[in-house]
Amino acid sequence: MNDELSYYLSRTLKGSMNRRHFFGRAAALGLTAAAANTLMATSLRAQTPQKGGTLKIGMQGGGSTDSLDPALAANQVTFQLLRMFGEPLVESDPSGTGLQMRLAEAVDSSPDAKVWTFRIRKGVTFHDGSPMTPDDVLATLRRHSDEASQSGALGIMTGIADMAVDGDNVVVTLEAANADLPYLLADYHLLIQPKGGVDAPAAGVGTGAYKVVNFEPGVRAVFEKYDGYWDDSLGHFDSVEILVINDNTARTSALQSGQVHLINRVDPKIAGLMARAPTVTVTDVAGRGHYVFIMHCNTAPFDNNDLRMALKLSVDRQDMVDKVLMGYGTVGNDFPINAAYPFFDDTIPQRVFDPEEAAHYYKKSGHDGSPIVMSCSDVAFAGAMDAAALFQQSAQAAGIPLEIRREPGDGYWSDVWNVKPFSASYWGGRPVQDQMYSTAYLSSADWNDTRFNNPEFDALLNDAKGELDEAKRREMYSQMAYLVRDEGGLILPMFNNFISANSNDLQGWIDDPTQDLMNGYAPHKCWFA
Amino acid sequence: MNAGSLLGLVAQRIALGLVLLLAASALIFAGTQILPGDVAQSILGQSATPQALANLRAELGLDQPALTRYFSWLAGALQGDLGNALSNGQDIATSMSHRLGNTLFLAGTAAIIAVPLALILGLVSVRYQGRWPDKVISGVTLATVSVPEFMLGYIAMFLLAVQFQVFPSVSTIYDGMSLGEQLQAIALPALVMVLVVLGHMMRMTRAAILNVMQSAYIETAELKGLRRFTIISRHALPNAIAPIVNVVMLNLAYLVVGVVVVEVVFVYPGMGQYLVDHVSKRDVPVVQACGLVFAAVYIGMNMIADIVALLANPRLRHPK
Repeated sequence: MNDELSYYLSRTLKGSMNRRHFFGRAAALGLTAAAANTLMATSLRAQTPQKGGTLKIGMQGGGSTDSLDPALAANQVTFQLLRMFGEPLVESDPSGTGLQMRLAEAVDSSPDAKVWTFRIRKGVTFHDGSPMTPDDVLATLRRHSDEASQSGALGIMTGIADMAVDGDNVVVTLEAANADLPYLLADYHLLIQPKGGVDAPAAGVGTGAYKVVNFEPGVRAVFEKYDGYWDDSLGHFDSVEILVINDNTARTSALQSGQVHLINRVDPKIAGLMARAPTVTVTDVAGRGHYVFIMHCNTAPFDNNDLRMALKLSVDRQDMVDKVLMGYGTVGNDFPINAAYPFFDDTIPQRVFDPEEAAHYYKKSGHDGSPIVMSCSDVAFAGAMDAAALFQQSAQAAGIPLEIRREPGDGYWSDVWNVKPFSASYWGGRPVQDQMYSTAYLSSADWNDTRFNNPEFDALLNDAKGELDEAKRREMYSQMAYLVRDEGGLILPMFNNFISANSNDLQGWIDDPTQDLMNGYAPHKCWFA
Repeated sequence: MNAGSLLGLVAQRIALGLVLLLAASALIFAGTQILPGDVAQSILGQSATPQALANLRAELGLDQPALTRYFSWLAGALQGDLGNALSNGQDIATSMSHRLGNTLFLAGTAAIIAVPLALILGLVSVRYQGRWPDKVISGVTLATVSVPEFMLGYIAMFLLAVQFQVFPSVSTIYDGMSLGEQLQAIALPALVMVLVVLGHMMRMTRAAILNVMQSAYIETAELKGLRRFTIISRHALPNAIAPIVNVVMLNLAYLVVGVVVVEVVFVYPGMGQYLVDHVSKRDVPVVQACGLVFAAVYIGMNMIADIVALLANPRLRHPK
C-alpha cells in the first residue's frame, strides 16, 4: 500500500475523513472499489482490540523510595502503578470535559450542590476475591480525609463535612457548595481499597484490570490480567511489565532496541528525530501542565503592577515554545487555564512579546534600574535555565535588566519555590478550574505562590463553586482569568505537551489531556496488532 | 620475629580500620544533618499540604536532638538494625542487602574479567616495553579511562544494543532469572566497568614491574639465561605485588561504590541508584546506612591491601 493511501486510511479510521471521501481518493489512486473496500475492512479489523501479549513500558519518574500505598503516590511511576491495580469512583473523560463512571454507577447532587450521592456499582470484586461494597468506598474516602494521614489527596477532601453509606449509595455532604466534587474524586490517589486500606495500605489490592504480581520499588513492577475484572472493554494484555528507566537516553534506546513497547516523557529535543524512525510512533498530547515564572505580588519590586506587566510583555512566548519545547507545546496567556479545561474562554486575547509596550510599563513603574533577580534551576522544569536565558535576552530588548540566579536543584522546592520573590516553577494542572485556582491563586491558599490577594477574585471563585448554571459559570471563570492575567504575579509562557513514544505494533492510542500515557490508561485501552 | 607479632600487626590494622569506620559513621551522620531541604517536604513533594507535612515530621521523630538520634542509630546499626526507610517504610537491611547483592554481582563479574586481564596486559607491556604491543595497550587503556563512563555506556549501548542488538540496553535483573540470563543482562555495564578500571590497574602493574626490573637479581636471572617472560612473571611480579594489590583494591572498591553513573545509564538495580534515589528524597536513615556500607567496603578493601602487602613483603614481616 502506498504512503498516500495509508495516510488516507488512517485518517478515515480516526474519523477525520469520511468513508465516501476515502473511496474517492482510493479510486483516484487507481484502486477498484472492491479492493478499497477489502482494504478498509482489513484495517477496521486491526482497529478492534486483540487480546493477549505482554506489554512492557519504560517509564521516567520512579525511585526506590516508591510505595504502593495510594496515599503516598506522588510521581509518574506510582501514578501508573495505582492505575494498574485500582480504580476511583469516577474518571475524567479523555475529551477534557465530562465524566466516565468507574466504581460509581451514577452520580447525583442536590440542587444546591452540597449533597452528592454516588451509587456504587455491584458485582465488582477485589483481587483477593472479596466483593467491593459501599462500606469499602466510605472507609477509603475516610482514610484519605483523615488529618493524620499523609495522603496527597488530603487537600481535596477537606471541604467534606460528612460521609455516610445509604443502601447502595455513598452520600457525601459538603461544608460549602461545590459543583466540581465528582471531578475532584477522580483524583488518582482515591482508588477504592478493601476496608479502605487502613490495615494494609501498601498491599496493592484493588479492583483494577491488572493485579500486582511483583513489585520492586524503583526497578520493576509486574502485573497480570485480573480474570474477575468487571469491565470487558478494558485490559487487553495478559500481563504488563513496568520498568523504571529514568535516564532519557536509556529509555529511548530501550524502545529502539525493542526491549519495551512504550515510553513516557520523550525529551522534546529528540522527539522529532525519533519520529523519523520507521518502527516508532511519537505521540504528543496537549495537557494542563505549564511552566511558569512567578512573582510575589506583595514583595518589592513586584508589588508594582506596572512592573509585573512590563515583565509579562517582555517574554517572547512563541520563541520559548520553539526553542525550549521544540514546538511540543502551546503558548500561555498568563492564566493557568487552557482548552483542556471545561469552561475555558478562548476569546481572551493572546498576550504577545511587545518590547515597546514593555518599556512603556517599565518606565511607568518607576523602577530604579537595579537588576531584577529571578531564581532558577533546571529542576524547576526541563529546560528552565534555557527559558530563563531567553527571558533575559527578550527583557533586555525592552531595556529591563533581568538577572538570573542559578539555585541548587537540591532543596529547590523547599528553599526557593514559594519562598524567593521571583522564581521559575511548574504546575501539573488540575482536573477543573476551581481546583487549580483554589490551590494556587486564592489569597488564603498555602500554595498561593504569587501572593495574589484580590478580594474580587476570591469572591468570584467562591461563587462559581456553587453555580450550577453553566453559562454563568463560564462567565465567572472568564472574569477570573482576566484578573489573574492582568493583575496577578504569574508569567505563564507555555503549556507543555505530554510526549510519549511507542512501537508500531501497539494500537488503540487516544489522546487524553489529563495525564501522561492516556491518563494512565494506555495498558487498559491499547493492544497489540 | 615470630608469627605472633605478624598476627599483632594484622590485628593492629583491623583495629585501626574499625576506628576509621567509627569516625566515618560520625561524619556520615553529621553530613546528612546539614543537607539542605526538609525530609518531609521532599517525601511529599510539591503537592504536600502543611498539615500532611506536620504529621509526617512528628512521625519521623525529626523533633529530637541530633546527638540522641546519632547514638540510637549507631546502637541499632551495631546490632544489624538499620531501621526503616522513611519514604516507603521498608526495612532497610532487607532492601539494601538485595541491592548490595546486585552491586557485588556486577562488580564481581567486572573484577573477574578486569583484574587478570590488567595483570596479563601489564606483563605483556613490560615484555614488549617500548614496542608496538606496549604502545597499543597503553593507548587503548588510556583512552577508555579518559572517556567519561556515561559516554562509554552510550557508545556501547548504541553499537551493541540498538545497532546490532547483541545485548540488552536495559540491565534490570530480578529473582527468577537464570545465571545465564543475568550475565546476558549485565554484559554491557560489566564491559563498561572493565574498560573504566582496566587502564589504572594495567599501568600500575607495568610501572611496578619495570621498577623491579632494574634490580640486580633480575640481571642475574637474565645472565642465567632464563626466558624474559619467565623472569617477569616468576621473579619480578612477586616483588612488585604490594603496589599492584593496592591499586587493584582501590579499583575494586570503586567498582562497588563509584558506579552510580553506569547503574543509571543501564538501569541496573544496584546500591548507587538506591543511594541517589534516597538522597533526593532526603531519606536520611537509608543514606546513612548506604554511607556506612560504602565506608566499610572502602576501609575493608584498603585493609586487605595493607595486610597483603605485609604478608608479601619480607622486610615488613621480619623487621630488624
